[in-house]
Amino acid sequence: MTIEARTPKLALGPVLYYWPKEKLLDFYEQIAASPVDIVYLGETICSKRRALNTEEWLALAERLSAAGKEVVLSTMALLEAESELKALHRWCENGRFTVEANDMGAVRLLSVRGASFVLGTGINVYNDRTLRFLAGLGAKRWVMPVELSAETLAAMQAERPAGVETEVFVYGRLPLAYSARCFTARHHDLPKDDCRFRCLDYPEGLTVSTREGQAFLALNGIQTQSAQTCNLLRELAELRQLKVDVLRVSPQAEGTEAVLDAFAACLRGERDPDQAARTLNATLPHGACDGYWQGQPGLRQVTETA
Amino acid sequence: MSILSTPSKPLELVCPAGNLPSLKTAVDHGADSVYIGFRNDTNARHFPGLNFDAKTASQGVQYAHAKGRRVFVALNTFPQPSGWERWQRAVDQAADLGVDAVIAADISVLDYARRRHPDLPLHLSVQGSATNYEAIRFYHEHFGIRRVVLPRVLSLPQVRHVLENSPVGLEVFGFGGLCIMVEGRCLLSSYVTGESPNMCGVCSPAKAVRWEETPRGLETRLGGLLIDRHAPGEPAGYPTLCKGRFTVADQTYYAIEEPTSLNTLELLPELQDMGIAAIKIEGRQRSPAYVTQVTKVWRAAIDACRRNAAAYAPKPEWLRELGKVSEGRQTTLGAYHRTWQ
Repeated sequence: MTIEARTPKLALGPVLYYWPKEKLLDFYEQIAASPVDIVYLGETICSKRRALNTEEWLALAERLSAAGKEVVLSTMALLEAESELKALHRWCENGRFTVEANDMGAVRLLSVRGASFVLGTGINVYNDRTLRFLAGLGAKRWVMPVELSAETLAAMQAERPAGVETEVFVYGRLPLAYSARCFTARHHDLPKDDCRFRCLDYPEGLTVSTREGQAFLALNGIQTQSAQTCNLLRELAELRQLKVDVLRVSPQAEGTEAVLDAFAACLRGERDPDQAARTLNATLPHGACDGYWQGQPGLRQVTETA
Repeated sequence: MSILSTPSKPLELVCPAGNLPSLKTAVDHGADSVYIGFRNDTNARHFPGLNFDAKTASQGVQYAHAKGRRVFVALNTFPQPSGWERWQRAVDQAADLGVDAVIAADISVLDYARRRHPDLPLHLSVQGSATNYEAIRFYHEHFGIRRVVLPRVLSLPQVRHVLENSPVGLEVFGFGGLCIMVEGRCLLSSYVTGESPNMCGVCSPAKAVRWEETPRGLETRLGGLLIDRHAPGEPAGYPTLCKGRFTVADQTYYAIEEPTSLNTLELLPELQDMGIAAIKIEGRQRSPAYVTQVTKVWRAAIDACRRNAAAYAPKPEWLRELGKVSEGRQTTLGAYHRTWQ
């Protein structure tokens, strides 16, 4: 006998790359018509990237909201300069949309305002006690750190505070690390302060391979991502059984709509997750991975792909 | 305050100790404080054969206190639900030992320590990733932290700005292995090996390392991935994931960071002038000989800088001594110097 679980909502994480304004707006026009329920918006990696200014982001948020999406504004993952804190204030005090905190400074600004907020992948919630503490300050949803396993999630869900939603990163290149150094500028032998916006040339980052040609990382400005694409579509039954409330897809330069369609169709029971996952995985330049979910090295693909 | 004036409070020298001999030599050679960890995954240097059990920890605290020095215990990993009791026990044990501070990162650990042992001073670990004063205020308001260890990502002007707005004193890294990523927010190690600093207290763990002599040279692997290949005679360092040579768009180079150590000896006058509370030396995993060498040099440097900051300059013999124990035999100012970023 299975326990009937509510159908998880589908979310689109913030675009982690630097895309030109036109591409970004085109992308979100398609998202407005996609089956996604929640859209996270904002530049979270580098404050020098200014595809949209604050007003334009907020206008985009209104546009998506009018299209029936729940919009959440995401904050920067690494805050160093005073100008970045000022921008953070504007985001946290927008008065209209929920904010996803990706740094404890953002958690402070949101909690002192009495706002409810989302804990992004940048906040280290590794246990139920930490989650309960932050729920007491206004956290209404948390995104599980990507290195945690299904087994740890099960323990977390058993002790989850009332009223807090759980979101899992189910598709995309994994956010693995942040640095003061810009690796894209470094690749071009340019100083960070004069980077000439080279990230614009790499809509999905720069692939890092070993000298044996094994791709394993992607450089995205100050962020390091996995080269492999995490795909947990096959784990849909387990995600439902664990009562996960929200499934996050992280945008890629190509094919994001197809990913959202596949997840939505599988959630409705119209497609078989195994088969849909195989179709998606066949398009990936460096393959899929699900190791973290299985409690193994993150880059592994553990579930059979026969 | 001018760079020529004498600061009211001397810079505190905080040295690493992976075992009792290291703790004793750090104290004997002028450490003001020594930081240690227990023998499990409650700290970020959970290496085989390293760290303190109940007996050596007690001996270490007695030794340091008898000479008027302080001992901090690092409990700076992130407990998962199944392991919580270990962190709880570790906090209790640190309090029972009478240590001078616990260095923690996870909210559950800070919260427990604050409620159960209100008199136990708390420092926010570098693993807590507080890079801005709003984050520091968060930890101060909720857990009464008395000091924060800054991640190695800020330039000197940024450090100064954080300090001017911080409710607590700052401890900064002065010397040792260099994390290129924001500490507490790097999962590279678990991506390749399954174990990370946050979850397991290890980075690029030794059990995942392989060294292989091949016709192409000495190859170092981590979790099966080729991290580096060294020509005959070329010095080969430990294959820390972020310090390998990789290929990006047909160029093969140290794509993330060179094997190098942080060394800020030349920044001492500025750090002293801005009112930094403490300088931290990295390296609990290193030998007592390393601890002796580095403690001696930094003690001499801090004293010389305090006597006369205007005339201070790192002595060539200091740099030589530190160079001998540096990773890759080269040093950098790291993020403190903007061009490195």
